[in-house]
Amino acid sequence: MAILSSSIARKVAMALSGLFLVLFLAQHFTINITSVIDPDTFNNLSHFMGHNFVVQFIAQPILIFGVVFHFIMGLVLEIRNRNARQISYNSFKGNKNSTWASRNMIISGAVILAFLGLHFYDFWFPEIVHKYVESNPLDATRYYPELLHKFESPVRTGLYCLAFVLLALHLWHGFSSSFQSMGWNNKYSKGLRGFTQFYAIFIPLGFIFIALYLHFNQ
Amino acid sequence: MKLTLKIWRQKNNKAKGELKTYPIDGIEGDMSFLEMLDVLNEGLINKGEEPVVFDHDCREGICGSCSLQINGEPHGPDRLVTTCQLHMRMFNDGDTIVIEPFRAKAFPVIKDLVVDRSSFDRIQQAGGFISVNTSGNTIDANSIPVNKHDADESFNAATCIGCGACVAACKNASAMLFTSAKVSQFALLPQGRIEATERVLNMVAQMDKEGFGNCTNTGACEIECPKGISLENIARMNREYLSASLEG
Ligand code: HEM
Ligand code: SF4
Ligand code: FES
Repeated sequence: MAILSSSIARKVAMALSGLFLVLFLAQHFTINITSVIDPDTFNNLSHFMGHNFVVQFIAQPILIFGVVFHFIMGLVLEIRNRNARQISYNSFKGNKNSTWASRNMIISGAVILAFLGLHFYDFWFPEIVHKYVESNPLDATRYYPELLHKFESPVRTGLYCLAFVLLALHLWHGFSSSFQSMGWNNKYSKGLRGFTQFYAIFIPLGFIFIALYLHFNQ
Repeated sequence: MKLTLKIWRQKNNKAKGELKTYPIDGIEGDMSFLEMLDVLNEGLINKGEEPVVFDHDCREGICGSCSLQINGEPHGPDRLVTTCQLHMRMFNDGDTIVIEPFRAKAFPVIKDLVVDRSSFDRIQQAGGFISVNTSGNTIDANSIPVNKHDADESFNAATCIGCGACVAACKNASAMLFTSAKVSQFALLPQGRIEATERVLNMVAQMDKEGFGNCTNTGACEIECPKGISLENIARMNREYLSASLEG
């Protein structure tokens, strides 16, 4: 961890882990959107993801490490940054020079983290128990009905939608910020920023659409 | 113009400070912010009270010694100006103006509104120079061709006056804009390339050691910088730092 002892190295690590999560999010979205297009495809893809050795025992641990690394590093940065100004201003007009999303990555991040807790409780733990603890027989058709069942609850649907709004804010700043952190700021940056902001709205909005669609199509 | 000033008063580095309220009258729109404080101090001195201590030197926007967080923004509400060039016409009759020192752990308060910015000097001393032999055999700088774009970018970076507004504006009290300007002005020129690796490593190490925060790329520094130093300098420093670290 010695390499992470400088401020810039920590920021690059933050950017790389963030970009990795952005890629993962696109993949997750691609699979989820099939649930509204064609439930059979969703079942097949879920079955594949749930039983493929590479996905389960290589990609999944890397992903979990990536998430844990990202939020722990985010917390470390937040603590260090607070420490760098021990007496706060009586008057601080952040809105005059920066966006809310950029100043509150720790808040949007904390909401995403809380959401991940709920999400694991909803899907990940039951899956692990189903597959590895109870050793149920294989059934490639169970995923869509289970998904539909989860989104019966208006509270859960609401919480998911709220988390996606905060995810959009996190990505609105974070996705383009990660390129700056890695030293990439040139004539293409404006175009790239447009793409990152499109992604930041489109993907979370897509997840909200899926949640609402499942909720209202019981 | 009649104004209400709320000014941070603090006897010394150890004392606990507080905001004190001072009503002031007869302020003209053409006065600079510092002239307004001069008027206040004249009144305080005549009444036998301690004048408000604040930093200033050139009063023409080039030395970087004036500071002040004015109504929540370093150098006040105007853009691309220092406090000494901020005019009172930016305010309205009856306004309340909150005046605080720049706040950062690495900028401890000395007295009232004056902070110790020597942490910036130490960052400069860690690498903000080139080593040239000036004992009689100096080479004319013009003998080394420099591409126009790089020369312009380097000069833009070199306009940083080291005021510290970037640190004051940043929610993390990060000194990345200042340090990156000082790294960039040399990194862009052939004369600066020779020591580029040690320079960026040493200056960033010193910046971290002084206790400045990390950059979150909020961009507040760029907006509040009186010299319009661009965020591109931070990206350049990140690149320089990464390649220097990989070189070992
Ligand atoms: C698990 C909960 C999460 C927490 C607590 C969290 C926290 C943070 C914080 C505090 C930052 C700002 C660091 C800084 O520059 O000061 C950040 C940046 C970032 N986050 Fe997250 N985050 C979380 C989840 C995510 C997710 C799920 C994604 C992507 C899908 C993501 C993508 C990013 C990106 C791209 C950045 C920008 C990195 C940079 O500025 O260089 N984060 N995160
Ligand atoms: S970068 Fe701008 S705000 Fe920061 S010290 Fe230099 S001139 Fe001042
Ligand atoms: S007093 Fe020199 S820049 Fe303001």
